Amino acid sequence: MSLVRNPFKTATLTIIWGWLILLVLAPTLLVVLVSLMPESTGQLNFSDLSPAVLWQGFLSNYGQLISPVYIGVFGHSLWIGLITTVICLVLGYPFAWMISRASPRLQPLLLLLVIIPFWTNSLIRIYALRTLIATRGLLNDVLMSLGLIDAPLRLLYTEEAVIVGLVYMLLPFMILPLYAVFEQLSRATLEAARDLGANGAASFRHIVLPLTMPGIIAGVLLVFLPAMGMFYVSDLLGGSRHPLIGNIIKGQFLEANNWSFGSAISVMLTMIMAFLLLAYYRSVKLFKREATL
Amino acid sequence: MSLRNAVSLRMFSRCYMTLIFTLLYVPILVLIGISFNDSRNPFAWGGFSLRWYDKLLGNSNLMEAAVNTLWLGVTAATLATLIGTLTATALHRYRFRGKPLLNGMLFTVMMMPDIVMAIAFLALFIALGIQLGYFSLLVAHATFCLPFVVITVYSRLSGINPQLLEAARDLGASESRAVWHVLVPALLPAIASGWLLSFTLSLDDVVISTFVTGPTFEVLPLRIYSMVRLGLKPEVNALATLLLGLSLCLLVVSQLLIKEKK
Repeated sequence: MSLVRNPFKTATLTIIWGWLILLVLAPTLLVVLVSLMPESTGQLNFSDLSPAVLWQGFLSNYGQLISPVYIGVFGHSLWIGLITTVICLVLGYPFAWMISRASPRLQPLLLLLVIIPFWTNSLIRIYALRTLIATRGLLNDVLMSLGLIDAPLRLLYTEEAVIVGLVYMLLPFMILPLYAVFEQLSRATLEAARDLGANGAASFRHIVLPLTMPGIIAGVLLVFLPAMGMFYVSDLLGGSRHPLIGNIIKGQFLEANNWSFGSAISVMLTMIMAFLLLAYYRSVKLFKREATL
Repeated sequence: MSLRNAVSLRMFSRCYMTLIFTLLYVPILVLIGISFNDSRNPFAWGGFSLRWYDKLLGNSNLMEAAVNTLWLGVTAATLATLIGTLTATALHRYRFRGKPLLNGMLFTVMMMPDIVMAIAFLALFIALGIQLGYFSLLVAHATFCLPFVVITVYSRLSGINPQLLEAARDLGASESRAVWHVLVPALLPAIASGWLLSFTLSLDDVVISTFVTGPTFEVLPLRIYSMVRLGLKPEVNALATLLLGLSLCLLVVSQLLIKEKK
């Protein structure tokens, strides 16, 4: 087929490769390079880079990463991400199962209701949440008029508010992959398990959990990875006291003007991501093999 | 399972689903309600009014940012759709060197945290000496939308009979004519829903825009962001309601397109 000259093919491939190399590959490598440069202040200076200079930059930038101050901040951010992910999983798992067991007529509607928030502007959703939980917001009004509390609670600018915000933003990303695996889980499999004498707990442990594991892992990744970067959620709901990794990177670039250190943090974040994705592939392969045995 | 257990399980299911949906929707619905409230105190109902919508139209900064955002969304989505459709076609139809690398780069764009992509774009534009503004936003938005278009179009391509295109070629059409007259019409619903998804993603983006925006071109999310940080502004509620309406329309259109596909 390709023995004939095909100008359309050549042009198409040139555009695609050009675009992706210039706008995906080059910037990614550039961030790695910047992370090795000695402290740079907004202006990138590539003129006097030598291996020795880069080595010095590497030591100082990545050395700063493992200083106790930043380890504490990263730990806190990872912790918030972890709690968010666990809450999403606990809320989303039964929910996805229930949707998959709803009547076929109802299912598209229920799914649409899950997808609508995904299509709504995320900033506006956070703003709406903020309006609701503000000190003189609706939630406090309701609680006070019900006589449950005497004085308004301070809900905004707390760690809990950031977690609630992240769960609110990311819950659909947990539900959708879980729904996809539950939909494929056939009733026949479960009935077979019951006929063979498995009780509810046993069939969950040995059948449902392994078969839905790829969905669980996909959902966990889709929640955990974005949660690290959504700086506007912690800005608007947590004030400045509960930063996520995203807030720290943003601060290094737009306020402290230390691009090298900001890049080093990003490289680390990307490595965590890559590691998790790798673990995902390994586990999916593993579970597929187990399922076919 | 006994009948009584089954019934109570169903009741529990219903309650649980209602609860989750309530949690997802209450903030949005409250916001819509407030936007029509005449009173300045958001939670004391002062009667139905459109005064905040009126005030919104009078806020020229906000309106300018809205126009900018829509223009950016339309152009970025169009660019992403164009390149994304070409990419999906090439991945589906041609054998070429480096395909795994190409797939890998698309996957990277999709999975990479927004914040990392944002600083990568910023570093690139600064290194190349490109002025931050409309152009940098356009290129960045088109790039992060690209993989979503590729996936949407590619999944439709696998349902198309490849012999259709071969027939067109045998009848003497050049490759570009065959693609334009045979493939594109068959792919139209997927192309359209890819465009809508890109448009929505572009409108929604806060993280990447924060880094690659310039003083000459202000976009709506960033304008809202700086307004909201300072406190609650009633005209933002009106704007939010309008944006919600817009996204809802887009979602309905895209769902209809997907239905048509099947």
